[in-house]
Amino acid sequence: MSIELGDTAPGFELPGTDGADHPLEAGGAKATVVYWTCNHCPYALAWHDRLLDVARDYADRGVRVLAVNSNDPDRYPADSFEAMSERVEGEGGWPHPFLHDASQEVAQAWGAEKTPHVFVLDGDLSLRYEGAPDSDHDDPTLGAEWLREALDAVLAGEQPERSRTPAVGCGVKWKP
Amino acid sequence: MPSSSSRRRAFSAADAGPRVSPEVEFLWWSECPSWERALADLRAAMVENGLDPASIVEREMASEAQAEAAGFPGSPTIRVDGADIAQPAEGMPRGLVCRVYLRRDGRVSPQPDPLDVRDALAARLSE
Repeated sequence: MSIELGDTAPGFELPGTDGADHPLEAGGAKATVVYWTCNHCPYALAWHDRLLDVARDYADRGVRVLAVNSNDPDRYPADSFEAMSERVEGEGGWPHPFLHDASQEVAQAWGAEKTPHVFVLDGDLSLRYEGAPDSDHDDPTLGAEWLREALDAVLAGEQPERSRTPAVGCGVKWKP
Repeated sequence: MPSSSSRRRAFSAADAGPRVSPEVEFLWWSECPSWERALADLRAAMVENGLDPASIVEREMASEAQAEAAGFPGSPTIRVDGADIAQPAEGMPRGLVCRVYLRRDGRVSPQPDPLDVRDALAARLSE
């Protein structure tokens, strides 16, 4: 199951590595990016810096960014909440929260399938873009351009020309 | 596995003499999409080293049991005469997962650096 373009995204409130609970709706955001990621997937790691750069570059334009890890930590201990916290601390902090979806219910409700898997919502929390950050995990010069194009369109009050792209990466590691 | 006698022969430009080609294995898992690019890189590296890319032994990993039996650290994995061309990254899961590689410039990638593939083959051929 996946949310459709124009649908209001399912709400959630998830714990972050910063010790706070983070709801989807925080109020005041002109756009919200929610992306699934994890600690062990090379695709997620390859795109990591580009996604953090987006969060930094758009922070003063009213864009809120949330990263979510839904992987089964029993089978993949590298993706446990403790490992998430250690990673963020080891990297000197991230410019956005890193949330743990321990029950995997949020990933299921959103139809998140890959790491990374990017969703862009407008100010009403309606889905405007879904897919990959850009066309090539191995080319950092692309700079998450698909995500940036989508954000620029949403901030301009327009529908992104490219609304869906195939999410490329590791599958979300579901519980048995 | 093919025996050494069944392996194809390559020709060294340096000495013009035939030598036994190494056995090159490519182990992959279909759920990790980097295998296609990695296999293309491996084929190119084979050609660059005077080896026949058709001699690559491709082994698809389809179950955790198969992966464990093969000592599969993740997809893709390239072995030259049984030796992995890269050390598996520490602290990462093994088995039916996408494997983490480090490119020569330090970037993380789901496939090995093509230069590492080329050099691993060249090093084996020079032994």
